[in-house]
Amino acid sequence: MSSTSTILDPAFEDVTRSEASLRRFLHGLPGVDQVGAEARAAGLATRSIKTSAKEFALDLAIRMVDLTTLEGQDTPGKVRALSAKAMRPDPSDPTCPATAAVCVYPDMAGIAKQALGTSGVHVAAVATAFPSGRAALDIKLADTRDAVDAGADEIDMVIDRGAFLAGRYQHVYDEIVAVREACHRENGESAHLKVIFETGELQTYDNVRRASWLAMMAGAHFIKTSTGKVQPAATLPVTLVMLQAVRDFRETTGRMVGVKPAGGIRTAKDAIKYLVMVNEVAGEDWLDPDWFRFGASTLLNDLLMQRTKMKTGRYSGPDYFTLD
Amino acid sequence: MTPSNARIDVRKTYKLYIGGAFPRSESGYSYEVLDSKGKFVANAALASRKDARDAVTAARKAFGGWSGRTAYNRAQILYRIAEVMEDRRPQFVQAVSQSEGLSAAKAGGVVDEAIDRLVWYAGWADKITQVVGNANPVAGPYFNLSTPEPTGVVAVLAPQASSLLGLVSVVAPVIVTGNTTVVVSSYDRPLPAVTFAEVLATSDVPGGVVNLLTGSAATVGPWLAAHMDVNAIDLTGVAGDTALATDLEVAAADNLKRVRRAPAAEPDWSLDQGLEPMTAFLETKTVWHPIGV
Repeated sequence: MSSTSTILDPAFEDVTRSEASLRRFLHGLPGVDQVGAEARAAGLATRSIKTSAKEFALDLAIRMVDLTTLEGQDTPGKVRALSAKAMRPDPSDPTCPATAAVCVYPDMAGIAKQALGTSGVHVAAVATAFPSGRAALDIKLADTRDAVDAGADEIDMVIDRGAFLAGRYQHVYDEIVAVREACHRENGESAHLKVIFETGELQTYDNVRRASWLAMMAGAHFIKTSTGKVQPAATLPVTLVMLQAVRDFRETTGRMVGVKPAGGIRTAKDAIKYLVMVNEVAGEDWLDPDWFRFGASTLLNDLLMQRTKMKTGRYSGPDYFTLD
Repeated sequence: MTPSNARIDVRKTYKLYIGGAFPRSESGYSYEVLDSKGKFVANAALASRKDARDAVTAARKAFGGWSGRTAYNRAQILYRIAEVMEDRRPQFVQAVSQSEGLSAAKAGGVVDEAIDRLVWYAGWADKITQVVGNANPVAGPYFNLSTPEPTGVVAVLAPQASSLLGLVSVVAPVIVTGNTTVVVSSYDRPLPAVTFAEVLATSDVPGGVVNLLTGSAATVGPWLAAHMDVNAIDLTGVAGDTALATDLEVAAADNLKRVRRAPAAEPDWSLDQGLEPMTAFLETKTVWHPIGV
C-alpha cells in the first residue's frame, strides 16, 4: 500500500486538482440502476450456503468482525471485556479464530491496545467528531492524532455529509487527505484509514458511488457504509455499489481498497449473504479480513452460535455466550 | 346437479403457528390428515427442525414479557382462551369427532372437559405460589421465602391419542405459570391443535407464548430435546415408545433440561391431573431477607 502523501495516483492528478474537475469526474460516473442493484443484491441473497462452505464462511466472517462498542456508557472494563472476547470469541473452542479488530472511541483506544497487546487483533478507533462529523478541521485532526498516539491501528473517520450533499467535493476530499496525513506515526508507520460515508444520509446510490470514488482517490484504505447511529445503516444494495466501486478502482489504478459494511448486520445468515456478494461482485481477493470487514457487535454471538451448531449438531442458545 | 351450481370444495392446507403468525413449514412439506375411518380430511404442514428452531426463538423472545405479567393477568388470558373455545365449540366438536372417531355427543363432552380444564388452570395462576411457595422458618433474623418461578422455554410433545383434551391438559399448566412453549401436536390427529392455534391467535395470548407445530414427534423431538435454549421438555407425546423416550432423555441431559418423563401409556385425561403438570416446570427461588433493617 502506498505511503506517499497528498496525491496517490498520478492518474487522478487532473481530477483532484480543482472543485470543478472533481465535480466533472464524479458526476461523469455512470449512474446506478437502482432497481437493478436492488434486484441483484436480492438475487445474490438467495444463494444457499451449506455444510463445509458454511463452516468456511462462518470462520471467515468471525475473522472479519470489527467488534464494536460505541456508546456513551462505555467503561474501561467494558472495553477490556470486549477485547478479551475479540481475542478468544469462544473460550471453549481453541479452533475458533479471533476477530479482526476491536472498534472503540478514541479515548478508549489506549485501553483496548493494552488489553489486546500482541494478539494480532487490531485496535480501530472512530475519529473526526464521530458520528456527526460536525467540527472544525483542526479538532478532527487532533481527534485523529490522539487516537493514533494511543495506539490505534485503524482510524474510522466520518466524511462531512453536509459538504458532500452541498456539492463541496473538494472540501470533503481535502479533509480525507488531511486525516490520512494525521494517521502517520513518527516511526514512519501509518494507521489504516477507513472512511465512513453514512450511506443512510447520502440519499441515492449515485451519491454512494461518488463518495466511494472520492474517498478512494483521496487515499482511503477502506470505505465503510455507516456509523451504526443512523437508520438505515448497512444494506446489501449499498454494499453492492461500494464493492463495484472498489473493483472498478482496482481495474483503473491497480490499488485495492477494502469495504466495511457496518450497522444492522445481526445474524450469521446476513453475514453470509454479504460474503456471497463480495465473492460475486468484487472477487475472491476481497474474501479476506484485510479487505472486507463487518462492523458489528451482536453479529459475533450469532456467528458463534451457528458455529457451535455446526460442530455439535445441536442448536445452541444465547445463554452460552457472553452478553455485550 | 349441473356443474354450474355445484359448489367447489374449499380444500385446506393448514399451517404452523409460530410467534403469533401462521407460516408454512420452512421445508415446504405438508402431509395428509385422515379421519378415524381413513378418509382424507385436509393437509397439515409437516414441521421440520428449522421450524422447531424458529419456534424456540419465538418462545424465547416471548418469555420475558409473559413471565413478567402478573399472575392475575395470565389467569385472565387463559380464561379468555376458554371463552373463545366456547364460541367455536361446534368446530372443535367436529374436529374431535372426525379425528378420534367419537360420536358427536361424546366429542362434545370431550370439548367441554377441555374448556373446563383451561378454566381450572386459569384459576391456579394466582394461587400456585401460595400452595407450593413457603415462608421458611430459619434460625436467624431473616425472612426466608421460597417462591416458584417459571422454568423458561418448555418443549411439549403433545399426546398422540387425545388430540384436544390431552393437548390442553399439557399446554395450559405449562403456560399458566409463565413459561412459554413449543408444542408438537399429535401426528395423526393434528386438526384440533390447528383450531386451538387459531383460538390462541385471537384470545390475547401474546405471540410466541404458544408455538404449535404439526408433525412428527420422532422427527422434531430430538432437535427440541438437544436444543440448548430449551429449558425443559414434556415427553407425554411419546408415551409407550420407550426407545425414543430414552433417546430424548439422553439428548435432554446435555443442558440439564427438566424432563417430564413419558408415561408407559397415555393417561386417562378425563381424570383430575393435579398440580404435577404445573410444578414439573417451576423452579423454586429462595430469598433471605434481613429482618429489622
